Amino acid sequence: MKALRAVFGGCLLAASLSLFAKEAAPEAADPALEARMVKITSELRCLVCQNQTIADSNAALAVDLRREARALIKQGKSDAEVVDYMTARYGDFVLYRPPLRATTLLLWFGPALMLAGGAAVLIVVLRRRSRMAADAFDADEELGEEPGAVDAALASTSAGTPGPA
Amino acid sequence: MKRLWFLIPLAAFLALAVVLAVGLKRDPREVPSPLIDKPAPKFALARLDDANKTVRLEDLKGKAFILNVWASWCVACREEHPILVEFAKKRVVPLYGLNYKDTRPDAGAWLARFGNPYDASFFDEDGRVGLDFGVYGVPETFIVDGNGVIRMKHIGPITPEVLANKIEPLLKKLDA
Repeated sequence: MKALRAVFGGCLLAASLSLFAKEAAPEAADPALEARMVKITSELRCLVCQNQTIADSNAALAVDLRREARALIKQGKSDAEVVDYMTARYGDFVLYRPPLRATTLLLWFGPALMLAGGAAVLIVVLRRRSRMAADAFDADEELGEEPGAVDAALASTSAGTPGPA
Repeated sequence: MKRLWFLIPLAAFLALAVVLAVGLKRDPREVPSPLIDKPAPKFALARLDDANKTVRLEDLKGKAFILNVWASWCVACREEHPILVEFAKKRVVPLYGLNYKDTRPDAGAWLARFGNPYDASFFDEDGRVGLDFGVYGVPETFIVDGNGVIRMKHIGPITPEVLANKIEPLLKKLDA
């Protein structure tokens, strides 16, 4: 049992190491620093291949930005300061989580607003309908002039004979 | 009046469609730079043609100038190059090149082959100055005013239209 556990643990370790190696560039020396760098840059959008993060893009720019992030961390900068370095150069565009600002209010709350608007319209319509008298849901007056007119019209069309023009 | 209420959803839909259509036409690759109307990042780089001569941002201040980011490996730079060569002949403002992540022999050979429109090119070997300017795709072009403030950035090759409609009017305004 103990041996099995050791083997299993070894496999896990190997798997996690290989995962790690994929993201980290060859110059990875300090795993803690590297992990922090990856954590920060995986929240940042690469500008060259815009749907990848800086952490997993292989574009030359992403490699450079990872190098800068590493250097900044080595200088003892905080995570927020590294992110500031990026936004000072490339704007909020690099952030996968845009900050809450006057210009991003619609971005953050637009979908919720639309949902609320749709729900409000639905409630108003349903309430109005529930207040209507039952005969509001009957057929229109023109067809219902005399009792049985609707049935007659339906019968004539379903029988295949041309209805009155 | 009440009869027109049914038009409200239609109007809302049309408004949304217009907004989305405008959004579709915009190029997502053109990331707005946060550096516009901010002081240009300070730098000190060796000249491309003379490794012993260092140029600083302060040396360029006093007159509006154009900073064009280029590289010999950049295909789109070749596209805009004849336009820059023509523009440089007019001698409107100084035109500087930021030679981005290149090698001196390659860059020199490139200029010898296609012509050198630059008053000077600065050699940004590791691309750090490029990063400070928020460069993410070459070519990029910055217009910096006499106080060292970035007034405009163009991403991608300069076309005659961009030059005539955006760059030259701005330079005229800065000159006035």
